[in-house]
Amino acid sequence: MSRIGVFICHCGENIGRTVDCEAVTEALKDHPGVAFTEDYKYMCSDPGQQLVKKAIEDNDLTGVVVAACSPHMHEKTFRRACDQAGLNKYMCEMANIREHCSWIHEDRGEATEKAVDITRTIVEKVKHNQPLESIHIPVTKRALVIGGGIAGIQAALDIADGGHEVVLVEKEASIGGHMSQLSETFPTLDCSQCILTPRMVEAYQHPNIKLHTWSEVEKVDGYIGNFTVKIRKKARSVNEDLCNGCGDCQEACPAKRIPSEFEAGLGNRTAIYVPFPQAVPNIPVLDRQNCTLFKGRRKGLAKDACGKCKEACLKDAIDYDAEDTFIEEEIGAIVVATGFQLYSIGREQPEGLKGYGEYGYGEVPDVIDGLQFERLASASGPTAGAILRPSDGKEPKTVVFVHCVGSRDSEKGISYCSKICCMYNAKHAMLYKHKVHDGRAVAFYMDIRAAGKGYDEFSRRAIEEDGAEYIRGRVSRIFRDGDVVKVWGYDTLSQEQVVIDADMVVLATAMRPQDGVRELAQKLSVSTDEHGFINEAHPKLRPVETNTAGVFVAGACQAPRDIPDAVAMASATGAKVLSLFSADELEREPAVAIVNENTCIGCMNCAKVCAYGAIEQREICTVDGHVCGHVAYVNPGVCQGCGTCQAVCLSKSVELQTFTDEQIFSEINALCYWE
Amino acid sequence: MSDAVDTSGAAADGFEPRITAFVCNWCTYTGADLAGTSRLHMASNVRIIRLPCTGRIDPLFIVKSFERGADGVIVSGCHPADCHYTSGNYHARRRFAVFHDLMEFVGVDPRRMTFSWVSASEGAKWRDVVDEAVANVRALGPFEAYRALAPEDAGVAAPAGARVEAEAS
Repeated sequence: MSRIGVFICHCGENIGRTVDCEAVTEALKDHPGVAFTEDYKYMCSDPGQQLVKKAIEDNDLTGVVVAACSPHMHEKTFRRACDQAGLNKYMCEMANIREHCSWIHEDRGEATEKAVDITRTIVEKVKHNQPLESIHIPVTKRALVIGGGIAGIQAALDIADGGHEVVLVEKEASIGGHMSQLSETFPTLDCSQCILTPRMVEAYQHPNIKLHTWSEVEKVDGYIGNFTVKIRKKARSVNEDLCNGCGDCQEACPAKRIPSEFEAGLGNRTAIYVPFPQAVPNIPVLDRQNCTLFKGRRKGLAKDACGKCKEACLKDAIDYDAEDTFIEEEIGAIVVATGFQLYSIGREQPEGLKGYGEYGYGEVPDVIDGLQFERLASASGPTAGAILRPSDGKEPKTVVFVHCVGSRDSEKGISYCSKICCMYNAKHAMLYKHKVHDGRAVAFYMDIRAAGKGYDEFSRRAIEEDGAEYIRGRVSRIFRDGDVVKVWGYDTLSQEQVVIDADMVVLATAMRPQDGVRELAQKLSVSTDEHGFINEAHPKLRPVETNTAGVFVAGACQAPRDIPDAVAMASATGAKVLSLFSADELEREPAVAIVNENTCIGCMNCAKVCAYGAIEQREICTVDGHVCGHVAYVNPGVCQGCGTCQAVCLSKSVELQTFTDEQIFSEINALCYWE
Repeated sequence: MSDAVDTSGAAADGFEPRITAFVCNWCTYTGADLAGTSRLHMASNVRIIRLPCTGRIDPLFIVKSFERGADGVIVSGCHPADCHYTSGNYHARRRFAVFHDLMEFVGVDPRRMTFSWVSASEGAKWRDVVDEAVANVRALGPFEAYRALAPEDAGVAAPAGARVEAEAS
């Protein structure tokens, strides 16, 4: 038999003005299961709470209903009071007779009647409340950071500096990401390598950071605090423990004309290579696709066609027979920082995109993209920082910069703004003018979007001080005409056609998520948007969390981001991970779904509707160990307590604690109670 | 108290409908809170049952409400794409698209059921949803069809709590 205490609050005059609190008390006094009723001026005040506590102790109450304000206001307060009085706090509920009653009605009779109904409904619910305990989940205090660009490095460093181990996985041979390819960064024009490489080295040498380059995440199991991550270490063919980074293998390699990914195709590399001189770690990888020896092996030659690098290596670090290896790491939290790629706008396009064949990219060598210009302008680039056009190595005297190539174009490209292009175009125009004083920089733009600290000033500087010509309009065609690159455009302000004989054209192509991010998202059970960017849990209030607890997102894999944004996000994920790691156990409200294995028929409808991947299939075995069926299991660490599973359960075997069928049907029944 | 509901069968003058509202905790319940803090006055016929998410709403809740004498039902949650639990409201929407037709098929006037999205910032919209639902159901009169089928000893005449307690003890 329930012994429920009902406490009716006047909330000063807030409730008492329209609701006859004494009448409510009177109406509830003889309600079945109610052992104690009291009304008081301010129930949430200290004397009010004392009244509740004393009543619990004196009357041996099994449940408490506080008819007062919204549970969003004071549920915690009264649950704490119950807890202090020795009553399980989940036996306490609020009946909202203020926001949902006294404040919205004028007629005292109607309001009182409704307040009685509301209170009685909650009393009926509380009769079916169960004492619950908070869920405690152990936390493995080791983080996984996926992606070793500036965002990943920053997140890894923040977490590692906080005293926790970090596993940093990078799919390329070196960490550094796109930032390592940049020449100078806006809006300060400081050298990208100068600010980035110390961070790379710091991450590499940090005692708490375990770095896996040339590696990818293969499989992710588990849930917040308790992930098991399988990492594929791709065959490097170079023993990382033996190699001392001398570079003799690269000298010896006969395949020297392979387009360098790091130089965006403007320079060459060998088949065994370190992507760039400041690479971290400074250990080469062997590109088996382009290696003479492996080409020979693929053809089925009896004898290896090459072997020069192995001969040259004094440390005997090169192993042609190395294979992919797998390692497993126990992880408590995951930061996804897989970054972006540029929209390669040639005629050949992946599904859904049309490309911009009319701009001649990939056909006219002097039509390049923003990243290629970065390499041209970089002191460590293929031209040692001199602006020379790719076709003939001449210094271009007229350079056209085209904004929004692919971005903000839902017809052919992608609908979103890539955010960084206005700024880097201004920077490119500036860098060019700083190096070619008599040159002409012309930019075609749609709008200038320079919202950031010092950004607008910077783009104005490009125009006002460095004399870049900005034309508002679009370019319709770019083609080679003898020695020049013809640019046909239209100035929408003067409404005139513009034809420019350029020497070189730089296209500000859109930022897109990295290839493979959808597959990765699948492994992590996080969602992506229509473009493949990873979805944050809430666009305003939870910008670095994902809808999977324990998985966070930083940098340009979430949306186009510039460096300060990416770093800020990364540090935010660092703070999130550190707060997660600040306790040995994760405490969660027990408002989670529980499966009754005795009645579950294993249809797994629940798992299909679960937005969090919290439900898995479990085998049930006979006494002698034979699998005799399957049932659903809800992982309490992952379940967020929405209850969608319960509504689709065919055998009524899953119950959301705190909102069980019994509780809700009791509420429904109580509402339709009449004499 | 509940004597405003006419249980005798005939739609009497001054009929005041009883409406049960199933709302999600994060959007509509909070929106209804906002209506309160904004002191937006509305009809007093609606009783709210709070659920974590519209995805939790079993169509049987609605059937049960009608069986127990509700004259109308409101279901309201987060707007599409705003669900606190990512997609619970989509599941609810699909479920009610089917359920709506079923109720019509079994003879429940669909105007007795209001489905709406009310966000946490839409206190005024909640008032409008409530007032409109009350006006619609008031015009339809008391929901008799189902109750006419219920046997007299179905327990509707006794306080629900009393019954449960009696079984428990």
